[in-house]
Amino acid sequence: MKTIDALGVYYRKLNDSIDSAIKTDKNITLSGVFGQRYIGRGLSKGVKIKIQGVPGNDMAAYMDGAEIEVFGNAQDAVGNTMNAGRIVIHGRCGDTLGYSMRGGEIYVEGNVGYRVGIHMKEYKDMKPVIVAGGKAGDFLGEYMAGGAIILLGLDLAEGEEIIGRFCGTGIHGGKIYINGNPDKYNFGKEVEKVSLRDEDIAFLKNHVDLYAKFFKKDLSHLKLEAFAKYAAVNKNPYSNAYCSN
Amino acid sequence: MLCWKVKIMNLNFNSPLFEVIRDEKKCVKCKLCVDQCSNKVHLYDEKKDIFKVDDMKCVNCHRCAVLCPTKALVIKKYSLEYRENAMWTDSAIKEIYKQSQTGGVLLSSMGNPNPFPVYWDKMLLNASQVTNPSIDPLREPMETKVMIGRKPEKLEFDSKGKLTTKMPPQVELSVPVMFAAMSYGAISKNAHEALARAADDLGICYNTGEGGLNKDFYKYGKSTVVQVASGRFGVHKEYLNAGVAIEIKIGQGAKPGIGGHLPGRKVGEDVSYTRMIPVGSDAISPAPHHDIYSIEDLRQLIFSLKEVTRYEKPIFVKIAAVHNAAAIASGTVRAGADAIVVDGFRGGTGAAPTRVRDNVGIPIELALASIDQRLREEGIRNQVSLLVSGSVRNSADIVKAIALGADAVCIGAAALIALGCHMCRACVSGKCNWGIATQDPELVKRLDPEVMHKRLVNLVSAWNYEIQELLGGMGINAVDSLRGNRLMLRGIGLNEKELEILGIKYAGE
Repeated sequence: MKTIDALGVYYRKLNDSIDSAIKTDKNITLSGVFGQRYIGRGLSKGVKIKIQGVPGNDMAAYMDGAEIEVFGNAQDAVGNTMNAGRIVIHGRCGDTLGYSMRGGEIYVEGNVGYRVGIHMKEYKDMKPVIVAGGKAGDFLGEYMAGGAIILLGLDLAEGEEIIGRFCGTGIHGGKIYINGNPDKYNFGKEVEKVSLRDEDIAFLKNHVDLYAKFFKKDLSHLKLEAFAKYAAVNKNPYSNAYCSN
Repeated sequence: MLCWKVKIMNLNFNSPLFEVIRDEKKCVKCKLCVDQCSNKVHLYDEKKDIFKVDDMKCVNCHRCAVLCPTKALVIKKYSLEYRENAMWTDSAIKEIYKQSQTGGVLLSSMGNPNPFPVYWDKMLLNASQVTNPSIDPLREPMETKVMIGRKPEKLEFDSKGKLTTKMPPQVELSVPVMFAAMSYGAISKNAHEALARAADDLGICYNTGEGGLNKDFYKYGKSTVVQVASGRFGVHKEYLNAGVAIEIKIGQGAKPGIGGHLPGRKVGEDVSYTRMIPVGSDAISPAPHHDIYSIEDLRQLIFSLKEVTRYEKPIFVKIAAVHNAAAIASGTVRAGADAIVVDGFRGGTGAAPTRVRDNVGIPIELALASIDQRLREEGIRNQVSLLVSGSVRNSADIVKAIALGADAVCIGAAALIALGCHMCRACVSGKCNWGIATQDPELVKRLDPEVMHKRLVNLVSAWNYEIQELLGGMGINAVDSLRGNRLMLRGIGLNEKELEILGIKYAGE
């Protein structure tokens, strides 16, 4: 495994050195990462990167199969338009996590920011998943068109809310699973609560187990059947909004 | 009695837009019209041996009239008119009927058809007489090639005269024309193929629009601009690297400020495959990119695309011509765009809300002049190429656009007309009888890419020659020498403010 010291290295140079490093060793560690953007952009299957520090915006943008593990927090737009691969973040994450991602998995140990999973999609076998251990900000899953978001809401303080406002606004595909009973929140009008089925429980178990494994947590106390599931009222929400002129 | 009541309740005030007139003396009852009309205007009654016509369904696409072997069909404007009223026009009344019946947002196709001034027609070109003689393109070399992309501040050469400055990536166009972004979904696969093959033959580019790129068309990569819009449909690493440039679509002239929406019924197997979304799912492109809320955010997206394509492709940013277009363009240059595509308010669309299309934005001629002026004043015009679209109809419009400051133009409607579009403006129905704006396999088949791409090649080749003639007439032998040369333009029928914005003198001055 090769280690690249990223401290003070400009992002373009850092990404170039990752490109050349993976030609000989697909397992690399970046130390001293401090806000460099686009780490892992477009990287393909087989590449595994461990990041020590805080990667900058658009980490794993257009990523196509690589695996990234971050030992620290991450910034905005992680996994932007990602196609495949896996991201594990031992910390918190900023806004627009998984914007428009079409495939792959993102696991965040703690809280995530605003507009997470916005316009996530799916296509055939490609079904992206975002699992966050904490809470999420406003507009979770806005315009969501596919895939799944799982929000565990672990370790919330008294009175702390698991989601913000307008969750699922404009949603026309995909699923949002939220731990607990979040009916009191102000959801978007295009989303509705649907009943949890056996396959949902199996799906949740699979991803919760992986979360527990990645972050070395005992989640045996989580009641998966107590999760609330939300989905689009209609996959063609605007079909009656127009008249041809 | 009940029956009468039901009829009244279902009363629909709509009247036909057109009426189909059949000359029985000419008609040979071949029934081609019945067969060809996807709107089912023509019906043949076997028992009575007569043709019936449903004028309500006619969109005036001319398919039946053009194909009729005896030219027995004529389509006319429906003759029943409302009482003359300059305020409450036919369309004003009919639109209210439609909306009060359906409760829907009015949706229109193609560009703004209303009688706003066409500034191209109010500008006249210069020609040389006696001094600085004109150049004859038949015997003198003329350069119509343009390079699209960021240009360096200065060029440096070694002692042998070899260029040592590393040039930013450029797209070479043999003619200052590209085919405008039209997505697979808005137009058919065969229409896309015709555009792609024509661009390839001509040495220019076509643009995927926000619909992804069919694997069959990757081979036209050197003539392809791939688009990234807010829905990010079909966007992945391979796609981004498939063309010669990437265009970030921020806005569209026909619908500035709003997104796009391809209804699920148009998302069949093939469209699903290139957009990478499930069959039947609505393809919604949100109004903004949700990762862009500032010039800095735009810069982030531009550079993410440069990163994933290893800085090998110029990044275009397409904006709609709106009131502050000049300031927006300035910010876009500073955000790192290598080319800006400005789409005027007459720009076309597969579907846009009528009110937005007809009331939002400004004419491209004015936007172009003010953007070019602003970028020059700020000393950053060299950092970017400027492409304009939205109402370019012929080679004279192109020459005027270049004289106003454009590097090249994009043509959408003109290209579709070459493919057989009859401007009936019913694209939104998805039943285009010419096989252009449809996904119906039976209709798509009607457009033969082999035949149609040649029509596009003919059109652009003819324009190329006309551009050379117009240039030669002005005593100029390269498009590059005309760019921003506003002394070659004079205004006619314009007020002082218009002349000031266009930066041109009045005819006779």
